[in-house]
Amino acid sequence: MREYDIEVRIAPRQGLLDPQGNAIHNALHSLEFDEVESVRVGRLLRIRLLADSAEGARSSVDDMCRKLLANPVTEDYEIAIGATA
Amino acid sequence: MNAAIVTFPGSNCDYDCYKAITDVLGRPARFVWHRETELGDADLVILPGGFSYGDYLRAGAIARFSPIMDAVQRFAADGGLVLGICNGFQVLCEAGLLPGALIRNATLKFLGQTVRVRVENATTPFTAAYEPGQILELHIAHGEGSYVADAATLDALEAGGRVVFRYVNAAGNVTADANPNGSMRNIAGIINERGNVLGLMPHPERSVELLLGSDDGLGVFTSLDAYLGGGAVPAAHFAAGGAA
Repeated sequence: MREYDIEVRIAPRQGLLDPQGNAIHNALHSLEFDEVESVRVGRLLRIRLLADSAEGARSSVDDMCRKLLANPVTEDYEIAIGATA
Repeated sequence: MNAAIVTFPGSNCDYDCYKAITDVLGRPARFVWHRETELGDADLVILPGGFSYGDYLRAGAIARFSPIMDAVQRFAADGGLVLGICNGFQVLCEAGLLPGALIRNATLKFLGQTVRVRVENATTPFTAAYEPGQILELHIAHGEGSYVADAATLDALEAGGRVVFRYVNAAGNVTADANPNGSMRNIAGIINERGNVLGLMPHPERSVELLLGSDDGLGVFTSLDAYLGGGAVPAAHFAAGGAA
């Protein structure tokens, strides 16, 4: 077993209204960041866990996402496995 | 009617439900702490409004794993009546007892206001005391009440008469202006396919006596009571409340 540092990025599903993202988008435009085309607001979770392998870690976090961390109706998620000490 | 009202850490409408049932309707109700595992002899389970677990992660996401929720799942699977109000609706969606999800209001504002909803289906155990198409004035108090689901789910809800309440304007029309939170198709409340689990964002328990400004929500409780074989509501409770 070794330690893995994992990042889970959760974002509102594409095509679904993201009122927070829209509000920030508008605020950036009022600051004259006219180049901004869209903003989506999600969540970042950093999880440290023990697993036998990177694949094992990924599969375990994927299970967590499906059961709790992300809502399958409204959110998409990505799992990134970082280097560990 | 013998109601079990589930209290999660952060529930804040549990007493309103308790009062609606015991004081106004004169029926027995009791609180069930979320760490309990049995519902006893209840024939109605209410998941009340509030901010269970501080709405951490997503509204209702953590409450659905409370120990009592296994019992609620079994109760619903056996055909027991489950009413989820506001945060309770969010918990039911997270638990998969109702389809779809409730996301941040389109306005981004927490909304505490009176809205009008139309009774779209007056044949359910939760709404039989109302007239079809009746317009109710009810209170909402939520930050995450925008109902979303994929198109196939929405169509199935519509086709099955499972959209039970919809936000409307004073004339009873479904308009964008009448939709406080951006809910798809102005949906304010839905029922499961079997017809025993209902969730809605407005608070019927806050409108059960004219003293509170409206008794339009009382019909949800009298419907349930009648369905559960309640018989006549003790007259003393109406005399005391002044509402009929």
